[in-house]
Amino acid sequence: MIAYIVRRALYAIPILVGVNILTFLLFFVVNTPDDMARMFLGQKHVTEAQVEDWKAERGYHNPLFYNAQEQGMDSFKETIFYTKSLRLFVFDFGRSDSGRDISYDISQRMWPSLAIAVPQLLIGLLLAITFALLIAFFRATYIDYWAVVICVALMSISSLFYIIGGQFVMGKLLRVVPISGFESGLFGVKFLILPVLIGVFGGIGSSTRWYRTIFLEEMNKDYVRTVRAKGIAEQTVLFRHVLRNALIPILTGVVVILPLLFMGSLITESFFGIPGLGSYTIDAINRQDFAIVRSMVFLGAVLYIIGLLLTDISYTIVDPRVRLS
Amino acid sequence: MLPGKPVFLLTDILIFVLVLSIVSFFVYAMRKPHLRQPWGQVVRSRAGIISMIVLSVYVAIALLDSLHFHPMLENHTTNSEKVQYSGEVISVFDQLVSDIRKSTEKTYSAPFATHLYAKETVQMADGTRQRVYPRLSWGASHLEDPQTEKVTDVLSLAITGALKAVFVWMMVLLLLALYLSVRSAQTFTATFRSLFDNRSGMPWRTLSLTLGVVLLVLLVGAEWASKYHVLGTDKVGEDVLYQALKSIRTGVVIGTLTTLLMLPFAITLGIMAGFFRGWIDDLIQYLYTTLNSVPGVLLIAAAVLMLNVYMSKHAEAFASLTQRADMRLLFLCLILGLTSWTGLCRLLRAETLKLRAVDYVQAATAFGVGSMQTIFRHILPNVMHIVLITLVLDFSGLVLAEAVLSYINIGVDPTMNSWGNMINSARLEMAREPIVWWSLAASLFFMFTLVLFANLFADVVRDALDPRTSR
Repeated sequence: MIAYIVRRALYAIPILVGVNILTFLLFFVVNTPDDMARMFLGQKHVTEAQVEDWKAERGYHNPLFYNAQEQGMDSFKETIFYTKSLRLFVFDFGRSDSGRDISYDISQRMWPSLAIAVPQLLIGLLLAITFALLIAFFRATYIDYWAVVICVALMSISSLFYIIGGQFVMGKLLRVVPISGFESGLFGVKFLILPVLIGVFGGIGSSTRWYRTIFLEEMNKDYVRTVRAKGIAEQTVLFRHVLRNALIPILTGVVVILPLLFMGSLITESFFGIPGLGSYTIDAINRQDFAIVRSMVFLGAVLYIIGLLLTDISYTIVDPRVRLS
Repeated sequence: MLPGKPVFLLTDILIFVLVLSIVSFFVYAMRKPHLRQPWGQVVRSRAGIISMIVLSVYVAIALLDSLHFHPMLENHTTNSEKVQYSGEVISVFDQLVSDIRKSTEKTYSAPFATHLYAKETVQMADGTRQRVYPRLSWGASHLEDPQTEKVTDVLSLAITGALKAVFVWMMVLLLLALYLSVRSAQTFTATFRSLFDNRSGMPWRTLSLTLGVVLLVLLVGAEWASKYHVLGTDKVGEDVLYQALKSIRTGVVIGTLTTLLMLPFAITLGIMAGFFRGWIDDLIQYLYTTLNSVPGVLLIAAAVLMLNVYMSKHAEAFASLTQRADMRLLFLCLILGLTSWTGLCRLLRAETLKLRAVDYVQAATAFGVGSMQTIFRHILPNVMHIVLITLVLDFSGLVLAEAVLSYINIGVDPTMNSWGNMINSARLEMAREPIVWWSLAASLFFMFTLVLFANLFADVVRDALDPRTSR
């Protein structure tokens, strides 16, 4: 088992190298640091010296791959590729284009993101599984038909509408919760209610429909027919047999997104003014802060790969048939 | 004949290429019973027929809006040989609705409003100045006394529109019945009656009723729009209905072209990985796992940021604002395609792996048929259903994604009409007093309708085409 995990973890390395090269190409080769500096400083009335200053301040003044001016190893170390890209592997994100320490910002902003994402995931999962099981119980009736139609309708509404509508109804008309803001500690809960609620509501349609198909697929299997033939009550069939087996694909589907919860949701966080990683990314995009976007791309890739790894491991735990070959 | 000099934007060309290929596919499919059968199933389902009618309205508007031209200038001297063209680029659709396109007000006005949203100081007849809500310069300007006349006017316009709709509806149904009765050698009255009957296998009643409702909405809406701002005006006084209608093209282009642009990659790489296996498979799997591991939104954000840098460096390369916006739209499609081809590629690889082991492919290999020929003759036709399912399944997700991306400023060009841009600008209007809700409501309604029926259509198509779910 440990050998398997180690092997899977080693598979991740070439992928991370690939991501690193991809971001490097995107951020430094397609557009050179000169272009970025001019973009940042404006096209007109910029002297060469100002551009050089801007680049030197942020460490973009070195050559891309090979620095002929330095001696020995330093000719590889004093390059953009080494300082900006390779350092990411040891999670040294460096400084943002506005001079802040990215690693510190990430460690601070991770927690608000989690405070929204974790309850949202748990409540959403619980509700979706409950609804899906109910619909599966009433399969092939009008309840089933209309429940699916409602799910499709819920899926078809833009997530922006859920947020704007939710803020308007709950925050402005009913005034039950604050519209936006964040506070740590127990008093902060009132700020979390609305974003969590809206997140759950926005995702419930698609996940319920998806889980319904998983349940129905499971119900058509032979062992369920055998159980029914033995005369077991429908509730027992659903809860003891169908639910347990259907949870395998559902939970493994959830495991893959677990690490990405750290990243938070871009839209929700920016709408509700939550100082998490999602709004951090959005601010960086709007301020055109390339260093932060680059770090977040890499971080996201790392978390996704961890998610894949966890999925593989969880498969082998919940489903012994998946051999470790 | 267009009243001007045609302009071919890249997305226009691509969208017509797409339409042509879809039409030719259908002409081809109609001749092959095994291809016709699943599409027959789509047409025979009620959800399928309803969504097809509604979607075709959207697509028709998008296509009309994809024929661009430089309009002829009207004030050119008639005796001069040379015809002058305006610098702006408009579409056939703009020409059709030029009434509401040109009818701008000063600022906000509510749906069906007769007066402006904001007070203004107006010189009165007796020379005094007063703060009043001024009349709109175009909306409801035909009314003498809006207070008393408005309700009756709106109603009478609605009735006129409804009568027109019923007339057109009847004409369409009569022609349809005539055509069907000639083809099926039934009496005309029996055929006509069967158009209101779902029992004959084909849901004729659903079709007729949907057609009626769609015509009613279109014609009553058109009648109202000829005199009022049906959905109000926005901050700079542009008609919101016009904006929402213009956004249809953006949504449809993103929803379809994204998939179209990624298809060559996904099909080639997916089939190659599954067919040749070995190191080719490893390489392609590595490629898509790497791309997939970067969170999509971030990759799009990074790419669009880089595009901004590129565009500000090469500002002179774009002839007009429209072309610049168009390039940006196309690039967005490319980037969205780059992040979404991996799913299709994986499916195609798995399916090809399966097909490769099937007897007839094995037999072809045994007979010494080359790999290319095997792929084109045996593999490709048998994975096409997956491609079609992806094309329709991805559509609604992409339309929704456009709104979100435009909201965080990494979507389409801010000058382009799109639902995302409308929502983005409407965000602050909710805080106004009295609340300005119409821009938001309009964009959400139009987007919701498109996405809902696209979702329903996708479900029906998937059920019909996927051999696992049908029968």
